[in-house]
Amino acid sequence: MTLRRLSSVALLGAAALLAGCATTGAPGAGVRADPWEGWNRKVYAFNEGLDEAVVKPVATAYRDAVPQLVRTGVTNVFAHLGDVWSAINNMLQGKPGDGLRDVMRFGTNTIFGVAGLFDMATEAGLERQGEDFGQTLGVWGVGAGPYIVWPLLGPSSLRESVALPLELQVSPTLYTDDRGAQVGISVLQVVNTRANLLGATRMLDDIALDKYSFVRDGYLQRRRSLVYDGDPPEVPDDKDDAAEAPSGSASAPSK
Amino acid sequence: MLSRRTIATGLAALALALGTAGVQAQAGKAPDALIKEVSTDVLDAVKADKTIQTGDVGKIIALVDAKVMPHVNFQRMTASAVGRYWRQATPDQQKRLQDEFKTLLVRTYSGALAQVKDQTVQLKPMRGGADDSEVVVRTEVRGKGDPIQLDYRLEKSPAGWKIYDVNVLGIWLVENYRNSFAQEISAGGIDGLIAKMVERNKSAAAGGTKS
Repeated sequence: MTLRRLSSVALLGAAALLAGCATTGAPGAGVRADPWEGWNRKVYAFNEGLDEAVVKPVATAYRDAVPQLVRTGVTNVFAHLGDVWSAINNMLQGKPGDGLRDVMRFGTNTIFGVAGLFDMATEAGLERQGEDFGQTLGVWGVGAGPYIVWPLLGPSSLRESVALPLELQVSPTLYTDDRGAQVGISVLQVVNTRANLLGATRMLDDIALDKYSFVRDGYLQRRRSLVYDGDPPEVPDDKDDAAEAPSGSASAPSK
Repeated sequence: MLSRRTIATGLAALALALGTAGVQAQAGKAPDALIKEVSTDVLDAVKADKTIQTGDVGKIIALVDAKVMPHVNFQRMTASAVGRYWRQATPDQQKRLQDEFKTLLVRTYSGALAQVKDQTVQLKPMRGGADDSEVVVRTEVRGKGDPIQLDYRLEKSPAGWKIYDVNVLGIWLVENYRNSFAQEISAGGIDGLIAKMVERNKSAAAGGTKS
């Protein structure tokens, strides 16, 4: 639900940002996309530990204590500014029509959605697009580069890491100069985002054989998909190689 | 006397048979129409059943078995995730890989289904000609909040179109398993991968009952 929003905030792991890379598919592609796997796994484990010990319990308490309506409002307010950023990025990607839709979203939600508290634009058929600068770089032809896991910030890639300092600026902390308020806003943003992802990460525990590589490959696939607005070209690989063999062909020569 | 298990197995087999009969009847159906029908069917069944929404895993799995699995080429799905090692597996290993992978996916899919409230599925325009033997059907699950991208890869078979991969939010499921499967196989061989999946399914089952 809030995954697109996340991509403009660059926060926690599970399914957030992602980097499209021209190399996916064949076994071993993960190795090529992840030359720093040893180090990345350490950082990933650190992030997981921190999440288990602090972030997840706080997010769970927040989810249980704060009514859904309020949490949705918080999510909407954070995403509201993301719409402006998305408009800029759509323009930079040469999609003025989509950019205009973001501007209309922002206008609609500012006026009819009480400064972004309610997402009236989606009701009106103007959906969130959540374009960010990492995607813009991708559209410009910048490859994802190696996978990187950052402490606290989670999955990234070389390209997304270049965009990261900009992405981190896109936050309601821009509205105030008060340091305390800024910290408060950032904490709320992390906790609210994590609360939105509680379901997704629980599912991840069940579905992944190895969470690290599952998150990595999912992240890289999703970012690539986002660069192509959900419809990336097929990657030629050998994925159907095995499937095309006659069924139960254990005796077939394996090369 | 019939044991409860025998009856359950019998019912499941019956449901599967009925489902398969349904598939044959709709062999001529277009792939996007099939996806639309199956997803609407499943969503309606979930919405109509309170015990599913409260997380009755057994019931959801039965529903998935009856409504979805007849339309899935699970052998291709597993073979594709296992990749080049598939050919090195014995028929018995292939069967166990399929069974465990199915349990893993159905359980997860069931978890997602338990979240269904007011969602509907909308088809997006499909590319490709009528005589393609493989197509991608693109859909969006709409409810409160942002729409969720849900795409399917289908292949033509004598018994109608069969799903062989699913894309959630831009992530193709089979592709996402390929690296971790390869990783397990290089560490412990095909039996190592099977053991790993058995272990995961066991702990997921234990976790599922407590939530």
